[in-house]
Amino acid sequence: MEIFLQQIINGLVQGSVYALVALGYTMVYGILGLINFAHGEVVMVGAMLALSALTAMIGWGLSPLLALPLSLILAMAGCMLLGYGIERIAYRPLRHAPRLAPLITAIGVSIVLQNLAMMIWGREYHAFPQLIANQSHHIAGAIINDIQIIIIIMALVIMLALMAVVHRTRLGRAMRAVAENQHAAQLMGVDVNRVISVTFMLGSALAAIAGLMVSVNYGLAHYYMGFLLGLKAFTAAVLGGIGNLRGAMLGGLLLGLIESLGAGYIGDLTGGFMGSQYQDVFAFFVLIAVLVFRPSGLLGERLAERA
Amino acid sequence: MTALLELTGVGKQFGGLAALNRVSLHINAGEIYGLIGPNGAGKTTLFNVITGLYQLDSGKFHFAGQDYQSTMPHLLAQAGIARTFQNIRLFANLTALENVMIGRHQRTQAGVFGALFLNRATRTEERASADRARELLRYVGITKSSQTLAKNLSYGEQRRLEIARALATEPMLLALDEPAAGMNATETESLKVLLHDIRATGVTVMLIEHDVKLIMGLCDRVAVLDYGRLIAEGVPDEVRQNPAVIAAYLGSDNE
Repeated sequence: MEIFLQQIINGLVQGSVYALVALGYTMVYGILGLINFAHGEVVMVGAMLALSALTAMIGWGLSPLLALPLSLILAMAGCMLLGYGIERIAYRPLRHAPRLAPLITAIGVSIVLQNLAMMIWGREYHAFPQLIANQSHHIAGAIINDIQIIIIIMALVIMLALMAVVHRTRLGRAMRAVAENQHAAQLMGVDVNRVISVTFMLGSALAAIAGLMVSVNYGLAHYYMGFLLGLKAFTAAVLGGIGNLRGAMLGGLLLGLIESLGAGYIGDLTGGFMGSQYQDVFAFFVLIAVLVFRPSGLLGERLAERA
Repeated sequence: MTALLELTGVGKQFGGLAALNRVSLHINAGEIYGLIGPNGAGKTTLFNVITGLYQLDSGKFHFAGQDYQSTMPHLLAQAGIARTFQNIRLFANLTALENVMIGRHQRTQAGVFGALFLNRATRTEERASADRARELLRYVGITKSSQTLAKNLSYGEQRRLEIARALATEPMLLALDEPAAGMNATETESLKVLLHDIRATGVTVMLIEHDVKLIMGLCDRVAVLDYGRLIAEGVPDEVRQNPAVIAAYLGSDNE
């Protein structure tokens, strides 16, 4: 029972991160019908930027409680700029090209970003400074620490805020209109390019937050961390129904739970033959299962036909 | 009367086909202007040129005192041209009210900052925008279903919603692509009343229509296209008598 509860907690924490990253995939897909495979690298850049900013600020003697939010804001700003740039350089020129073309530039951007990050920050794992007293709490035998609580609450608040933006504001309305029918939106005076840019920037800001969350939680950052995380978040978006915001949140949390419960019990289930190192297998097993049995995802509707 | 829209020698090619061949016409401010022609005459092409969906290959485009070299749809929309579609293109999964509010988009300001912080200016603007949208819905006769998703409205309501959405952009020129298509006689009659109302508010109306009787009864002036060329333009009675028009519709003997 303790193991069960513990894995639920771990799953929720990991799932919150997946959900935030999955939102970035799903927003871009909803508007452009494009999988932004460079999105995982944006998460990594967010983590690295935050780490650098944090190290510098601590060096100047800033209090961690001030440095942490400041570096988060810096990382978000940097990632928004990056997301904007990626769309401008790699996707916009190919807006009317066959669908395969932007997929290939996405992979290209991804490789470029990884290598740039490797040149800037090196190949080694960076330890994330332990900044706040990270107290552990015991609930019914399971342990949850402050950072994990903050991650879950923060992710929840951000997701609610995003839903409010999309469903209650002028900007969100424009995003939904562009997603449904670019031509009609344009004829109603909506600047489609601007809406697309803003969508990339919003997604990238969420990625930066997720990047910082992962690094703080595991105490590590690495130039290659975006690859697997990105793929899993993509899986989460597909699981929930790509293009659907609620789906991305649900998919993210579910995937986190599946992974963590799977990793917790696989040892018992296979009589010790497989251990928790097989954790990653679950995500991709889910991806295959969804693609085979329910390609539109849990909350996905039949894709709207495009003119 | 001054010309609101003036096209001079406009051409549009699709491969080897000249969909529009040196078309020159002007639409006066405050009139209801009809565009007719046999199938494939280039009506919709001309329509798409006027609303910026197609860039013109040659000729001049003059609207509201300004020449346009590039005619991007959102720029023309901002300049004051709004349109509806022959096959309805609403935002199906947005409510009727939201559809109209999208029309208000370019007349409102709130950006990313407003969306994130919901400051007072943003909230006031949003409320005003919703109020105006509700007004427009009432104006076109959609009273009860403002919170209904556009895809669940009746066909007639969807057509009216498209008009409300177009009006929300505060156009000088409202371009309607076969607004009466699929309507029954009663609906057509009330559409006629609505269009007269709209014109009375100072909006210039232009429409493509297959229903020649409707056009002749509604429009101040009519233009006739055939094979991408303008073959007649004038008041309905003149156009009706025009031999070229009769030939285009009925076929001529000496071909």
